[in-house]
This record gives sequence, structure tokens and C-alpha cells, in this order.
Amino acid sequence: MPSALQQGLVSCHSCGMLSRLPAHGRGHCSRCHARLHARKPDSISRTWALVILAYILYIPANLLPILESRALLTAESNTIISGILMFWESGSWMIAGLVFIASIVVPLTKLLALTWLLVSVQMKSQRRALQRTQLFRLVEFVGRWSMLDIYVVALTVTLVQVGTLASIQVGPGALAFGAVVVVTMIAAHTFDPRLIWDAAGDARE
Amino acid sequence: MNPDPGNEPNSPLPPPPRVGEGRLIACRECDLLQYEVALDRHADAHCTRCNGVLYRGTRTSLALMLALMASCAVLLIVSNLFPIAVLEVQGAHVEATLINTVITVYNQGRELVAALVLLTTIVLPAIEIACMLYLLVPLSLGRIAPDTPAVFRLVLTIHPWSMMEIMLLGVLVTLVKLTDFANIIPGASLWSFCALIVFFTMAASAFSVRDFWAWVEERDRALPMKESLS
Repeated sequence: MPSALQQGLVSCHSCGMLSRLPAHGRGHCSRCHARLHARKPDSISRTWALVILAYILYIPANLLPILESRALLTAESNTIISGILMFWESGSWMIAGLVFIASIVVPLTKLLALTWLLVSVQMKSQRRALQRTQLFRLVEFVGRWSMLDIYVVALTVTLVQVGTLASIQVGPGALAFGAVVVVTMIAAHTFDPRLIWDAAGDARE
Repeated sequence: MNPDPGNEPNSPLPPPPRVGEGRLIACRECDLLQYEVALDRHADAHCTRCNGVLYRGTRTSLALMLALMASCAVLLIVSNLFPIAVLEVQGAHVEATLINTVITVYNQGRELVAALVLLTTIVLPAIEIACMLYLLVPLSLGRIAPDTPAVFRLVLTIHPWSMMEIMLLGVLVTLVKLTDFANIIPGASLWSFCALIVFFTMAASAFSVRDFWAWVEERDRALPMKESLS
């Protein structure tokens, strides 16, 4: 079977209905009125811009504290990594592992995976199209779970308030980290996996 | 699927696998054209090339979907009324509700982080549930809500950004984290929040875009022309 684009057809990204691609390349789905485009517009350049932005934000996200605590005599700040080490040292290995996966493994894997997908599509790679599509699916699915650390920080500062234990504040790292999660989610959404198969043509798996 | 008839562009399409079966659709992830086939309940159709989900078989009825969404709406309200966790230390008693978590972060000067938490755990889930009720209630009465296509697109756009289940995991991590320092009690909302996530996940995993449009088209045909869609 050929692809829809080769037949001059386009499927609606929102309801899935197939329409004939209008001659000037634009149009609206007759069922759900969503704008039709054969491929997501400027997918590669938009995704690159977002991925690069996420790489840049990733640095302050890890270097700046996400939690700053001030007790009577001491001031302490926790970055993502030192927070995980605290869990580890206090014996909560499960929690340490969970936060490590959500805050370190997932965002980094996501960025590297998107970079690889972009490079391979630009090089018109025909290899491993199936595996690359599966990788994309994984990136899309797990991305949102990185938000975990933001919620933990927000709940911690709410529960541990001034006068009870110490004063705990949300650090600037939380903002950068939240931005990384949002930007990578948008990047995954902007990437069009059909480009993988356009390059691979009809090569059989 | 049929054997591949040839790879040149614009080659004639092979006939449908069996007479009377399905329309032509394209895979969302690799754009391969395929014919729809009839599915058993609870089955999914996968793309023959990239194995992506093409469409889902019927899993639920409109009535059940509506019941799940109505439950979600009630549980969402309840979850926002009571504290989700309570901390007790040296006689002090601190309660965290979803909304005062947002307010605390906001007051610490992290407005964007507060906005992110507010949107992903309260506002967007509420809009998503409200939109679903807006679409499903008229359908169950045999009518089609005005602007159904736009509202449906809004639901699809919002869905990845409503992150209540991640918030729940965050609550659990925080509870474990703080037990070493203070006496932590799960709040009343934690239970309704758990129930909300169970119902919401059930609804999301049972929802089929194809079924939804089948419900709309069924009513569209039944209605007089002037009241019909668009």
C-alpha cells in the first residue's frame, strides 16, 4: 500500500478522517473542521528550536536549587540531584529511584531521542524506521511524568511552613525544570513521525 | 492486509479486503493507507507497517462514558474542597489542599511554577471534564451540542496536559518523604483524588475517537437538516 500523501490524501490529525488534499495544500476537515495539512508545518525546524531551548534550560534546571531551606542557623539548598541523594541516604531507595527516573532519566532520554530522530530524518535515513517510531511513541508517552518533581516541591513547601520546622522555599531551579518539561512536551508534539516513513519510502521492514 | 501491489506513487489502490468492510484510513504515525476492518469489542486495530494504533474497537457505551465523566466531575469538586495531606508537628497543624499548594508557591514569588501546577492539576482537568459532559449529555438525549467539532478538538489538545495522576504520585512521594520529620496524615481529599484518577483513567482508556464520531454521525442522520452538524 502507498502512503496517503502519495495518493493526494490527507488524514485529519484530530478526528482521523481521510480527505482529498486540496490543490493549494490547505483546507479543513469536513467532519471536525480542523485545519488539514499533510505533514505538521515546519515540523523539523520547530522541533529543533524547542529541543535546543530545552537543552539550554536543562543546565540551570540541574545546577540551580529546586528547594531552598532556611533553618535557624543553617541555610541549605537542594538541587534535583542532591534531593535524590537525600532520599537514597535516608534509605528510601524506591522513592530515590522513582524521582531519579522521572527527573533525570526521562528528560535526558527524551532530549537525546528527539535529537536522534531529527538528525536521522534530516539525513533521510531509511534504517530502523519501526524502532524509531516506537522510540517516538515512548517519548510521547513518558514525557509528562517528569512533572513529578515539581509537584513534590510544591507540596513540600506547602506542608513544611515557617515556624513548624524551617522555612522552605521553591528554588529557581524548579522554574527551569518545569520549563524543560513543558518545552520537551511541545517538542514531541511538534515532531511528525510520518517524516520517518517518508524518508524510508516504502522500504519493507 | 493485502500483499503490496507495487511501490510506485499513485499506483491504483487495491480493493478492500472483503466486500462491505470499512473505509480507507491513513495511519497517524506513518501515513500508510489501509482499509478499516471490523473489530471485536476491546480490540485495537494496529498499523501493519509501524504497529501504531489505528483505531480502537468499541469498549464502552455512551451511557457508561457519561456516567464515568459525571463521577469525575463530582470527585474533582470534592477533591478540591478538602485537604489532600495534613502535617502535624509540635502541636502545629498544616493542611495542604490542591489550591493552597498553588497559593503557597505563588506567594513565594514563583508565579510561573504556581501557574503550571494550577493549570495541570485543576484548571485543565476541570475544562476537559466539563467539555466531555458538554458533548456527551446532548448526545445521550439524541442531540448534538453546538460547536461539537471545536469542543472535541479542545479536549484532544488539553488531554496530555491534565496531569492529575502525576500529582497523585507526587502526593505519595511527599508523604513518604516527610514521614521522617513529622506526623503526616493523608487528607480526606486523597481518597476522592484516588477514586477520581481511577474513573478518569477508565474513561480515557475506554474512550474511542471513532466511537465518538459514530455517535455524532448517528444523531446527525436522525436529526432534521437544519439542526444538523455545521
